[in-house]
Amino acid sequence: MDILLLIILLGITFGTGSIIEKNHFKKIRKREIALIKKPIVNFGIKKWDSSRKVKSTKLVSGEVVISGDYFKNFVAALKNFFGGRLTTFESILDRGRREAILRMRESAKDANIIVNARIETMMINDTYTGESVPQCAIIAYGTAITYE
Amino acid sequence: MILTNIESVPGMKIKAQFGLVSGSTVRAKNAIKDIGAGLKNMVGGELKSYTELLTEARKEAVDRMQEQAQKMGANAVINVRFATSSVTAGAAEVYAYGTAVQVEKIEG
Repeated sequence: MDILLLIILLGITFGTGSIIEKNHFKKIRKREIALIKKPIVNFGIKKWDSSRKVKSTKLVSGEVVISGDYFKNFVAALKNFFGGRLTTFESILDRGRREAILRMRESAKDANIIVNARIETMMINDTYTGESVPQCAIIAYGTAITYE
Repeated sequence: MILTNIESVPGMKIKAQFGLVSGSTVRAKNAIKDIGAGLKNMVGGELKSYTELLTEARKEAVDRMQEQAQKMGANAVINVRFATSSVTAGAAEVYAYGTAVQVEKIEG
């Protein structure tokens, strides 16, 4: 009975998780194409065009909290035993970071360049109990510069 | 108040330095929303209520840092960094810190 419940739960969460992930990736790609070079983002580089006059400087950020699903967690727990890449968790982190960066860029649409962008990641759930599904909080931030 | 996370303010020069300013906040969401997030956790995807929590926390930490800088008589904070930590499940600390400075526009 317990095994049946587990299989049903895994089936449902596999379905929902993959649908949500697919849609999310589709949206991210669309937004990334729409935002291309608007503004340019420099990760860790602190240079801008100093020959042009600067109109305004602003700290911009984007944040997101993303979670895995029950199925992903189950697969990861199995994989953990054998070692190797945990592809199910990689996709969660990838989605989260790209989403955070996109939100940062969207909040600075009028700026010419974002310099020294940084990404901060943390796990906000109780990581000591191995059962829980990972939740990642991601903050992306940088300095948006607008030229005159 | 101008905030940057680089060592200077573009187009301005630093007149005076006041040293480190920081602000931190620990936020927790109410139990009902925690249950909602718990369900969302099973199916996967973004946890909107937690994202809101994180945004609020970040804003508050920055506000506190700015308050401190204003008391010192600064008009900008440079090299702002965010550090985060999880205190317990469902609660998050956001810590913002930077150097308070006074800047003025470069003439010409």
